[in-house]
Formats: sequence, structure tokens, C-alpha cells
Amino acid sequence: MGQVATNFAYLATIVAFILALKFLSHPSTARRGNWIGAVGMVIAIAVTFAQKSVVSYWEIIVGMAVGGSFGAVAARRVKMTAMPQMVALFNGVGGGAAALIALAEFHNIAPAPGRLHGDISVSIILSALIGSISFAGSLVAFAKLQELIQGRPIVYPGQQIVNGLLLAAIVAAGIAIVAGSEKQWLIWAVILGSLLFGVLFVLPIGGADMPVVISLLNAFTGIAAAATGFELENNVLIVSGMLVGASGTLLTILMGRAMNRSIANVLFGAFGQVAPSAAAAAAGTNGGAVRAATADDVAVMLAYAHKVVFVPGYGMAVAQAQHDVRQLAELLEARGVEVSYAIHPVAGRMPGHMNVLLAEANVPYPQLKEMDDANNEFPRTDVALVIGANDVTNPDARNNQGSPIYGMPILNVDEAQSVVVLKRSMSPGFAGIENPLFVNPKTVMLFGDAKDSIEQLIAGVKAQ
Amino acid sequence: MSHALTLSFEVTILVLAIFLGFELISRVPTLLHTPLMSGTNAIHGIVIVGAMLVAGLGHKDTLTTVVGLIAVVLASANVVGGFVVTDRMLEMFKKREPPNAERAAQDGAAADGDASKREAPPTQ
Repeated sequence: MGQVATNFAYLATIVAFILALKFLSHPSTARRGNWIGAVGMVIAIAVTFAQKSVVSYWEIIVGMAVGGSFGAVAARRVKMTAMPQMVALFNGVGGGAAALIALAEFHNIAPAPGRLHGDISVSIILSALIGSISFAGSLVAFAKLQELIQGRPIVYPGQQIVNGLLLAAIVAAGIAIVAGSEKQWLIWAVILGSLLFGVLFVLPIGGADMPVVISLLNAFTGIAAAATGFELENNVLIVSGMLVGASGTLLTILMGRAMNRSIANVLFGAFGQVAPSAAAAAAGTNGGAVRAATADDVAVMLAYAHKVVFVPGYGMAVAQAQHDVRQLAELLEARGVEVSYAIHPVAGRMPGHMNVLLAEANVPYPQLKEMDDANNEFPRTDVALVIGANDVTNPDARNNQGSPIYGMPILNVDEAQSVVVLKRSMSPGFAGIENPLFVNPKTVMLFGDAKDSIEQLIAGVKAQ
Repeated sequence: MSHALTLSFEVTILVLAIFLGFELISRVPTLLHTPLMSGTNAIHGIVIVGAMLVAGLGHKDTLTTVVGLIAVVLASANVVGGFVVTDRMLEMFKKREPPNAERAAQDGAAADGDASKREAPPTQ
């Protein structure tokens, strides 16, 4: 296949990817969009097989069979609650592939006579560096989300300095390559150093900040793919990689904005270390009294309400309570109660996490309200039922300038007539901050596992 | 075409892609942010093209063979997993006929009868 024909075929792939993203702007067309993207990918793969330089097939076919079947099985088997770690994993392997391509390219072309073009060596280094960080960082994010390692920030003295020095060393090795040194160990140094940096960089970031990290790593892999495109002088890689890079960057900014924190604060702030006094302080929360309710009390409140808003958080995901929540909601609707769901942009562990879980439970998406719409509804809501959400409902974000989350836009559940908080215990939320909502006279607490509590509520409402 | 000229075209399309990406993504509602992440994840699986170009080379040493093979494995997992997971997610986003809560609320006591009607199979 000639180079011109190849380029036009790659253009078809690019158009397919653009349409895929365009169709993602509405739930009714999104699925079709994903298929169009997949067709674009098949075209790109077929065209690449037909390239003159591709003469050795068995590596490709064996590799595709192994990787493809792993991807298919993992994607089919994964539970919806484990989706954030699955997204992190697929993101990481893409970054790893970009880094390996850089390694192979440098290994192949460096010993050739004459110096590398500057832009080629720069792109090799960028894709090696960014791809490796994305690979290692995604694996750490995966391990945190899968709870293979603790989700809380892992910090030690001088952490920033160690990370800074490491990054400086990686950049120095990169500059040496660009300056003309073609020593093979330099590219290895860049890759191994970047892998280590990826690990160290994600370790101090807390689980609640994962929506930002996952978006950022997604952007990294996209940029690494685009750099690979410069290396291989391949348009489809440049455009597709950069579309993803722009997308991930925008999502990262949106997530940061939804928490009213700068990206730097999220990445380097080690947010969510529990201060030793925080747990004790939370239990007392300014000396206010916490009112605990029984499931039967709450069932009565719900059954005779006109309007109930569910406020899901990570606790719902952990307890896998989304199906029971939907069942409770349908039961209430059958009694004539108006039901909706208030979704905070950073609730859960990845952007839009709650929406996917509730969609899995067959909640119709028009019932899922974004923060601003939901906040308009709270003043005329009888009961706000908070299911395993904490920081995104904390009124201190509005009122208390001393609070670490002051200024973060929240769901104003305290504007509802009454608030029910489903919670395991009085331990502080992920950010380790006390929540005055719990001692608000409007609030009652229903302690226990979210799934158990919701099941009791279902039984209670049925008995009414 | 000279190398510098090629580079200038590449940089041009890179910059256009950045603007296009921002424009496309800013239209995606927060409702679909997870499928968006997962869908863009699948799209960066396009590195498979790079992996194939490396792995498909004719005369290559052991290092290139091994590295190219692993790159193809990783990129294929990225592509297939990405699209399949996204499809699974998007399959779930359904729009039921709005449950018409207002009417149900007005019906008050009659709401119980109303419930059985709404149990009818969803029309999709």
C-alpha cells in the first residue's frame, strides 16, 4: 500500500475518532459513537498491516491474540464497582506501549551513521518519559483503588525533594541524548527513572483525589502516543494522541475546579492524611449531639415525603448498594414520592463514577441531577438521603474559612427539610475533616453498612 | 519533502488537534465523564499502530523483537479492553419514560394502582 493511500486511510480513522467523541456528547448516541471509534481502530490496524515496512507478522499476531484476549476477558468480567481501577489499568498499558516503542526506536536508529534529528530524539524522550510515568502511575492508582495498597497518602520527609531530584536526573539524561550522545544506557535511565518517578508521584495522592489523577494519567498517555507519532512521522498517532491529551487535560481541570483546589495542591498536597486529632474531633464535632435513628423511623420519613433526593458517594460504591438504592427509589415512586439523585462531580473515584453505577442499576439517566440543578431542588426537598457521601456535603466548605475544603462547591443537602446520613460510623471522611452536617438538628444518622441499611429501609417502606 | 517541512506540518496538525479536542470534550456532559475517560482510553490505544511498525520490522535483534512484542501485547489490551469496557458502560445508560411523579403525587391514594401500570416492560 502506497504512502499516500495509507495516509488517506489513516485520515478515515481520525474522522472516526472525532465522530466518536462528538457522539459521546449525548447518552442516546454515545454507544454508536464508541462503535464508530472501534471501526476507525480496525481500519488503522488493517492499513498498518499493509505497510511495506511491516514484513514480520508472527510477533504482531501473537501479541494481539495475547493482549486482545486479556483485554476482552478483563473488560467483560470486571464489576461496575471496580471500573475506576480497570480504566486505570487500560490507561497504564497504553502508556507502557508508548514507552516501549520509544525504547525500540532509539535502539534501532541510534547506531545509524549521523546524528538523530533533534525533534526525533526529543519525541523519543518525551514518549519514553511520559509513557513510563503513566504506566507506573496508573499501576499504583490501580493498586490503591483495588486496595492492594492503602489508599491514604503515603508520605515521608523530603518526598518533594527526592521526586524533584529524580525528575531533574531524568531530564538531564534526556538532554544528553538530544545533545547527541547515543549511549544506549541513557534511554534505559530515562525509562527506569520515569517508572520510579511514576510510582513516587502517585503514592502520596489520596484515594479521594483519584478522579484528578486518573484524568491526568489519561492525558499523559495521550500525549505519549502523540510523541510516538512524531517519532514515527505518523499523523494518526499525533492527532489521536493529542485528542486524548486535550480531553484528559480538560477533565483534570474540571475535576480540580469541582474541588476548588489547584492541580498542584491535589498532586503535591498529600490531601487526606488524617491528623491524629481529627478522628477525635469529628466524634464530638463542636460539642453538638449526633442523633441516631432506626431504619423504621427513616422508612416512615421517606414513605410520607413528597420529594426525596438521594445523594450517593463512594460509600455506596464500596457497599455495592446501587441496586438496592434503585429498588428503594422505585418503591417510593410507586407511592407517589418524587425521586431524584444528586451527583457531585467528584463523588467516587473517577469522573462520573456515580452516574455509571446508577446506570448499571437501571436508574433512568434523566433522574441523575448535576450539582447546580440538584442544589436548586434541595429547598423543596423533604428528605435528602446521603448514602456514603461525606466531604461533598460538608457545609464547612461554604461557611468555615478555616476548613481545608473551604470554597469547594458542595451539594447543599442541609437546605432540605430533613437529612438522613447513612454511614458506617462516626469516623471522618476521606479528607479527614469533621462534618457539621452530622450535628445539624435537621440531620439523623442511620449507622451501618449502606447496603444493609437500604435493605432495612426497603422492608420498612413496604410495611407502611 | 525536507525533514523540517514535515515537522512543520506535524506541528500544525498537533495544534489543531489540541483545539479540536478541547472543543469536542467541553460538550460532553458530566453524566458521561466515565465513558468519556474510558472511550478516550480506547482511542489512545492507537499506539498499537506504532507497536506494529516496530514489531513488524524485518531484520531486528532480540531486544527489538521482545520489546516490540510486549508493546503489541500492551497496546492490544488497551484497544480491546478500552472499547469493550466503554460499550458495557454505555449500554447501561437508558432513558425510561419519565415516571411522571407529579401525576402520581396528585393521584395520591390511587398511586398504588398506578405502580402496577408502570411495571410494564420498558420500551426501548
